[in-house]
Amino acid sequence: MIELISTERCTGCNICVSICPTNVFDIVVSAGTKPPPVIARGADCQTCFMCELYCPEDALYVAPDADASVAVDESALTEAGVLGSYRSMIGWAPGTTAHRKVDSTFRLIKGF
Amino acid sequence: MEPFRIHAAARGAIEIEADVLVLGGGPAGTWAAVAAANAGARVVLADKGFCGTSGATAPSGNSIWYVPPDTDRRQAAAASREALGGYLADRRWSMRVLDKTYTGLDYLAERGYPFPQDDGGASARGSLQGPEYMRLMRKLVKGARVRILDHSPALELLVDGGGAVAGARGVRRQKGDDWVVKAGAVVIATGGCAFLSGALGCNVLTGDGLLMAAELGAELSGMEFSNAYGISPAFASVTKTLLYKWATFTDPEGQPIPGAASQGGRSVIAKWLAKGPVYAQLDKADPALRLSMREAQPNFFLPFDRAGIDPFEQRFPITLRLEGTVRGTGGLRIVGDDCATTVPGLYAAGDAATRELICGGFTGGGSHNAAWAISSGQWAGAGAAAFARRARLGADIIGAGRVALREGRARANDPAATIRAVQEEVFPYERNYFRSGPKLDASLARLDRLWSDLRMADAASLENVIRAREAAAMTAVARWMYRSAGVRTESRGMHRREDYPTVDPSQLHHVYSCGLDDVWAASAAPLVRQQAEVAA
Repeated sequence: MIELISTERCTGCNICVSICPTNVFDIVVSAGTKPPPVIARGADCQTCFMCELYCPEDALYVAPDADASVAVDESALTEAGVLGSYRSMIGWAPGTTAHRKVDSTFRLIKGF
Repeated sequence: MEPFRIHAAARGAIEIEADVLVLGGGPAGTWAAVAAANAGARVVLADKGFCGTSGATAPSGNSIWYVPPDTDRRQAAAASREALGGYLADRRWSMRVLDKTYTGLDYLAERGYPFPQDDGGASARGSLQGPEYMRLMRKLVKGARVRILDHSPALELLVDGGGAVAGARGVRRQKGDDWVVKAGAVVIATGGCAFLSGALGCNVLTGDGLLMAAELGAELSGMEFSNAYGISPAFASVTKTLLYKWATFTDPEGQPIPGAASQGGRSVIAKWLAKGPVYAQLDKADPALRLSMREAQPNFFLPFDRAGIDPFEQRFPITLRLEGTVRGTGGLRIVGDDCATTVPGLYAAGDAATRELICGGFTGGGSHNAAWAISSGQWAGAGAAAFARRARLGADIIGAGRVALREGRARANDPAATIRAVQEEVFPYERNYFRSGPKLDASLARLDRLWSDLRMADAASLENVIRAREAAAMTAVARWMYRSAGVRTESRGMHRREDYPTVDPSQLHHVYSCGLDDVWAASAAPLVRQQAEVAA
């Protein structure tokens, strides 16, 4: 489930609010500033990882645990290079676009 | 009952007039929207979540039933799956779908989908990565000048004074108001129903479109083929099952479980899971294949990498999550080549429609379902556009929805309790995977009671109405499933009856179902399938 919005990285663009298919986040309105959104309905998170892919700042972390909330440590995640790792893997992070053309399914499924 | 009048303007909602309204923004809905727009229709697409991330495909990705235009290869491809599906598939539809899918993928390549090259340097079009695919589909929908309403779940269909479909009404959940789209034709592309089981991307798939269509009297087909369970790590959401082909399944002591397999042995896993933990390890994967696996399915490995598990070298606990009709094959009954349903002006595409036409009573994730979404989406979109050109909407437009939307008898509507009650009937392997007459009857008695309670409950509050309609839809879907399963007194496709464990050659027919207050299911006319006779 979604466990982290890094306040250090988040620029308050609220893309995650728009793209989350289960409407987990809420915008925080504040005059003159762009605060990070909040995880308003964490229990509705379906652990689909889409928010991580769409976050341009790699500010989000979805833990693998789908049925229970777990504690996470941002500095440990940063150190381990986990933040943004999925986005890089599929080629959506700057400098990784070559990964978009990587798909070896044809090696696993031999034609019909 | 008092008809519900729309006072949209009075409530500050948006009201749009269109030719075609598409409900659902996954693969089927986006293909439908593009096809309808290309046919010259004014199109609105409303998605419960966000078109581009919503549904089973976007966070996943899958193989596609993709066969080049070679008659022998295509006939062989269709034939290879007919036994698995209990010979209910229709060869003519299989050929149509293979053709439409092939040209559909050509179109995606032209529009920039980054297909990989196979080892011979040819464009490999047999699979799509979900995030990439659905991001492109959103772009194509916008490029076709379709108006997209995100976070806008539909609550009910509209009908005009003559009883024809006239659009839909819903809420904009991030804006706190509602929307009304008046349209001459509607495409239901809301996906299947996975009962909020947490299967990957499936929690938006609660059967909403089936409920709305049934409120107009639409018939369903094949709802007994609704007990698909996907394997996932016990802690995780990722129900991608292809790679479990290379797994050994073991008991808590590490002993291999006899007969347990992802393909052809999943029921053994269910039997063992009912008793205790089951473990898997992808130990049959040759080290040379491991990189290909990662390159094919990056999201499969995400939960393992994050949990610090090496699935090739370590055992991990697994579970089976219900995927209901998402990986089942039942859905709205299709009565025309244009994916028309039994209600004039109402079309169905993707997992909301029955997929029996191409896979009978059995399918997997992706592959056939993915091809069906691409093809049925385009047919439904074009069909709806053609219907809308002829449609003249009457003036007296009312909402057709009932449960949770209209006044009841002063009983509170408690969606969370309803959802739990439905899940208790459809999740347990003992009830849904391994069915029997007495168990189905007992479940149906409880589900029927649940439905009559819902009918008497008050209209839900604005905060509660989306969940309340989802809860009602899940209740309705469970009742069609089990009523249909009761009618099919045999085991065929994924439908298994403990009291009728074999195929009965005299039941080579579809099972249709319909209704809300009174649910019926009945056998359709017998089919003629030469291959089935040879097999028998």
